[in-house]
Amino acid sequence: MEDKNNGARLMKGNEALAEAAMRADIDAYFGYPITPQSEILEYFTLEMPKRHGVVLQAESELAAINMIYGAAGAGGRVMTSSSSPGISLMQEAISYIASAELPCLLVNVTRGGPGLGTIQPSQGDYFQAVKGGGHGDYHLIVLAPSSVQEMADFVFDGIRLAEKYKTPAMILADGALGQMMEKVVLPEEGSLPKTEKPWATAGKPATRERNIITSLFIDPEKMEGINIRLQEKYEQMRDEVRFEEIALDDAEFALVAFGLSARVCQKAVDLAREKGIRVGLIRPITLYPFPKEAISNLTNKVKFFLVVEMNAGQMVEDVSLAVNGKRPVYFKGRMGGMVPTPEDVVEKLESLVHSLRKSEI
Amino acid sequence: MQEDTQLNGFEVVYKKPVTLTDTPFHYCPGCGHSVVHRVLMEVIDEMGIQDKTIGVAPVGCSVFAYSYMNIDMQEAAHGRASAVATGIKRIHPDKFVFSYQGDGDLAAIGTAETIHTVNRGENILMIFINNAIYGMTGGQMAPTTLLNQVTSTSPYGRNCETMGYPLKITDMLVQLPGAYYVTRQSVHNVNAVRKLKKAVEKSFEYQKSNPGTCFIEVVSNCPSGWKMTPVESNKWLEENMFPVYPIGDLKVPSGK
Ligand SMILES: Cc1ncc(C[n+]2csc(CCOP(=O)(O)OP(=O)(O)O)c2C)c(N)n1
Repeated sequence: MEDKNNGARLMKGNEALAEAAMRADIDAYFGYPITPQSEILEYFTLEMPKRHGVVLQAESELAAINMIYGAAGAGGRVMTSSSSPGISLMQEAISYIASAELPCLLVNVTRGGPGLGTIQPSQGDYFQAVKGGGHGDYHLIVLAPSSVQEMADFVFDGIRLAEKYKTPAMILADGALGQMMEKVVLPEEGSLPKTEKPWATAGKPATRERNIITSLFIDPEKMEGINIRLQEKYEQMRDEVRFEEIALDDAEFALVAFGLSARVCQKAVDLAREKGIRVGLIRPITLYPFPKEAISNLTNKVKFFLVVEMNAGQMVEDVSLAVNGKRPVYFKGRMGGMVPTPEDVVEKLESLVHSLRKSEI
Repeated sequence: MQEDTQLNGFEVVYKKPVTLTDTPFHYCPGCGHSVVHRVLMEVIDEMGIQDKTIGVAPVGCSVFAYSYMNIDMQEAAHGRASAVATGIKRIHPDKFVFSYQGDGDLAAIGTAETIHTVNRGENILMIFINNAIYGMTGGQMAPTTLLNQVTSTSPYGRNCETMGYPLKITDMLVQLPGAYYVTRQSVHNVNAVRKLKKAVEKSFEYQKSNPGTCFIEVVSNCPSGWKMTPVESNKWLEENMFPVYPIGDLKVPSGK
């Protein structure tokens, strides 16, 4: 598999992510099979024993995420992965982990829903990922890869951010990114040093007070204090906002899309420009924290925004909040595991441009 | 334990282990939880393993177990204590790890975790307080509630036709090869407390070589939930609980 060419390899998204996790020195992986991400668990069960790390196929996603809570609390660098229904099952514990302020990496290789749905790719879990997902006021750091390269790179970024902010980080991918093969240069082994975790439950020496990991603060004043601290942390996390801008310099119109949809839109930009439509693309990479300033800044430049998603319209709400009525925000989506084509996007774009031109006459 | 046997001219015959904090127990008068807490902490103190022991508290009356136990602890979601303990033990295989759960936690909402933790033979001690009721939420029916027992959600008594039978989960666990030591004890009198202490000692002793899961059920009372005085509750326990949940070892390591 190893290519002589700069160490580049051809790999499946799920496998690139799992191999990157090995190189990120993950201590333990807990998971449960579900399509389209079972290769991650399979890769761990094959490779982890050679590296003397822990891999455990749990009896359910519920058990897996609670093992994560225990292992993260005990000071391990830990991760789990699943797909939409499995991530739903984990939500109670994710809320506990966010409240107890434990770092861990969660991976959602999404599929179409609701319900058992389909195994085809979808972005229907955007709300669940960026608005918290479980009960209470909390957020995850959410990274949205749009290539196999980013499936690997964001493992490192996710762990680094989770440990920096003591919070769960999620990679929100989709079934297509998990299954497709692309060239990838894997991050270097040992380039993510372990951090000190003096708060971990590792056994109480006589020299310190006991460490308690809990999300129970029965006194409401204390619970409000915890909430205030969490919200301050989320505010600080705004420093980590990441996005990509493509062909926006001379753009009259902006597409907004993340993950796989952004790949589709990149092609749509080329096609539209061939037709003389000056359109660009902004791709949020951190879905939380959301690049609202970057989008807001574009309102001075573009006439409208077209948000493209593989869902019924979820990120479009955050885009609308950022645009704050200054420009129209339109939406083009496919649902239930269907992926919009670049031609679909261009067609929608052309009709919007056409109506705009008519109204300008 | 510390060696100071004299205090203000008196001989010290009984004292608080260093593994218990100064926080007064919040448990109802006569409740078995506080006795089990103390026994556990005495053993950890006497074995000198305070710095190597990590505990997991459940959701239930003992949700605040970490307020009293002077060791590193984590508080788990309802039913998931043994999964959390699994995560901790896998990170620290050389440490002593225990989970502590009530019957609703371990034998209803957490049944899958209980069975699979033992089936994997996780090298932890699981402590299971069976008081035949949901104490914390106000005395609802538990999976272990006896037939005809009145609770706030079986106001006409537990009827097996619609509510099933008392779940003897400990007997089920004995079948699993991962279970190394399984015993059922109680804390309703001094003799019983001593026997429980022996079982806890053995379990931590076994855990030194990580041979599989040690599981201790403690048949306990709930004076508030049962609407009895502590003395009445202990009598009721002997007369009604023991016939269904008989005291004694269910599985002992071969040759021990
Ligand atoms: C997911 C979830 N469901 C329900 C509850 C409410 N709840 C808290 S404690 C409890 C029952 C605990 O009973 P048991 O495990 O028997 O312990 P005891 O209080 O009797 O010691 C329930 C249902 C909860 N906290 N979380």
